[in-house]
Amino acid sequence: MSTLIDRPTQGAPVTPKRSLRSRLTPNLETLPTLAAVVIFIGMVIYGEIAYGRIVQFSTISNLLINNSYLIILAVGLTFVILTGGVDLSVGAVIAISSLVGVMLANAGWNPGVVMVLMILIGSAFGIASGVLVQYFNVQPFIATLAMMFLARGLASMLSTTPERLDDDSPIRALSTEWKVVDGPKINDLITTPNVLIAALVVIVAFFVLHRTRLGRTVYAIGGSEQSALLMGLPVVRTKLLVYVISGTLAGLAAVVYTSKLGIAQNITGVGWELDAIAAVIIGGTLLTGGAGFVLGSVIGALVLGLMNVLITRDGSIPPEATTIITGGILLVFVLLQRLVVSRKRKT
Amino acid sequence: MSAASPAPASGPGSASGPSSARRIVGAVIHQPYIWAIVALLLLLIINLVKDPSYLGVSVNATTGNLSGNVIDILRASAPIMMIAIGMTLVIATRGIDLSVGSVMAVSGAVSMEFMNNSGGGDAGTAIMAAALALGISAVLGTVNGVLVSVVGLQPFITTLITMLAGRGLAKVITSGQNTSATNEPFRWLANGTVFGFPVIFVIGAVIVAIVAILVRRTALGLMIESIGINPRAARMAGIRPIGILISVYIVSAVLAGIAGIFSTASVMTVEVAKTGLNAEMDAILAVVIGGTSLAGGKFSLTGSVIGALLIATLDKTIVFLSIPSSATPAFKAIVIVVICLLQSQRVRALFARRRSRTTPSAPVPTRKETVSA
Repeated sequence: MSTLIDRPTQGAPVTPKRSLRSRLTPNLETLPTLAAVVIFIGMVIYGEIAYGRIVQFSTISNLLINNSYLIILAVGLTFVILTGGVDLSVGAVIAISSLVGVMLANAGWNPGVVMVLMILIGSAFGIASGVLVQYFNVQPFIATLAMMFLARGLASMLSTTPERLDDDSPIRALSTEWKVVDGPKINDLITTPNVLIAALVVIVAFFVLHRTRLGRTVYAIGGSEQSALLMGLPVVRTKLLVYVISGTLAGLAAVVYTSKLGIAQNITGVGWELDAIAAVIIGGTLLTGGAGFVLGSVIGALVLGLMNVLITRDGSIPPEATTIITGGILLVFVLLQRLVVSRKRKT
Repeated sequence: MSAASPAPASGPGSASGPSSARRIVGAVIHQPYIWAIVALLLLLIINLVKDPSYLGVSVNATTGNLSGNVIDILRASAPIMMIAIGMTLVIATRGIDLSVGSVMAVSGAVSMEFMNNSGGGDAGTAIMAAALALGISAVLGTVNGVLVSVVGLQPFITTLITMLAGRGLAKVITSGQNTSATNEPFRWLANGTVFGFPVIFVIGAVIVAIVAILVRRTALGLMIESIGINPRAARMAGIRPIGILISVYIVSAVLAGIAGIFSTASVMTVEVAKTGLNAEMDAILAVVIGGTSLAGGKFSLTGSVIGALLIATLDKTIVFLSIPSSATPAFKAIVIVVICLLQSQRVRALFARRRSRTTPSAPVPTRKETVSA
């Protein structure tokens, strides 16, 4: 895949042969992602041996159902981080979007309109961050921080108490459980529309990043914005667009989360931006931009989700220590990235 | 504000002409933090309109203590000032320290847990608790500094990790509880007074003055700025970045530790999930408001002190106007956006064009924006 990006000028006839070989031989850029896959498999094996009941339908189903929102957020952040930016506003956007959604749905609005509106709220915050970053040269960190504050503050003005979605609201239909495989007892392979939405988002994002002009531009900007500009790529439009994508996906994540939990509050999603950033980095995307994979971010989100499952199963690790472990894992992966980057410079 | 005086050494002219006062005013107007002063005055005016006696400071006849809204603001600004000063130095080296809020929580947790377990209510216990808290803060700062300078990780991600881990550490120290302790000398730090002024502000001002003298009366400040402007050139000029970077992160963490002591001492309880939450955002906000560029290089301690005062005033104003305090972030967001827009090239060019066409004062539109906030 990386050959496509490194040498976009090479014609189609060369790529089929090369891409197959390059996919099989691990190169430096894919190393962090491979490491994430190895760690994920290692965690699964360790969990299965130490606690049992990990490799079974119900655990896997729950892992996907509980983390579908995180996967969607991580996909959005992959776009932004690939350009070398960062979006801190996603957690707060979820708070305001789900709060507005629940309040409007309970007020009797059409659920379809409400869901579209929830997604559009995310897009609006994305546009605002993008305009600040692109047109006013505000650093992504500060611009999205401002949007995070704005979203959190507006959400707090709407309500400071938990708002419960009516039990008969059609929005809840997104979390109906479909049995795909009916296993023994409760060991069924279950999926919900939410999981399918997340899967669709991942597939579309994969296609956009690796098979379209927009995706190539995103990688090019992360590699070197100056070069991308000189090559005549639409840098301005693309940089704006990545924030809109991230915001929109945050709005979608709000729909997914609200339909699952049915409760919205102004403190929903505190710190989720950090989880999403962690997922992206564990998945092998360089924080400086230019290299990474959207599928890696999915693995990263699953590593975080599985870690929570294992900690709950273990029971001896105090839940307070969870963030220390997350920090530790993150540190290992960042050090790995550092190693990769310095190796690449030498060669 | 008295603490701010040593810092404007970066200002160009010393008072030599006959119109020195005018020149000082001129120098202040051209400082990047002029908008922060304007915003601060505006907030005070809003408060004055609501209550004409807002700025009144009364003296308690028996104890000689000063009391009033202004004193409250000074008290509340002390912890923000601490982390803002540390953050200014870190940002000047092109870094960022997201871990200050978590360090505050760790520092508060350590001191409360120590005093709770030792049970002593004397000054010795308080000093031990504070020393222990600052020591652990310094260790966290060293971790940040080593990872950034020796290993070469990005400051953003390094301090993000210490932020995550630090919050967890604070929770592990107190086993997830909100530990309380009783110790009068420790409490005095936050609630006591010296010559009528709150101790917390006096200590804060003294620390700011010490830092200001250290960086502005020695070459240290220049070295920090040179690392931020061009690390490679700084190294070639014989400046060792590793030592300076590590010490800058340690200073930031220790100041955050002090802020943690300040904010837990006033209630003598550490709320592990809440103490110092979003404090890093306040600190960054204060620095940006103060006119220090996030891209590193030149920094202004005076600006950051004014930024801290502005944030404390904003917090108090929102409560005073009986707006729910959980809505505060929205107002901070508006301040950030307005100030970033004012600093951006595009808007400056717009102002410059307008000024060249018509002479009337430019700041009119911004004033409108801030009022609507």
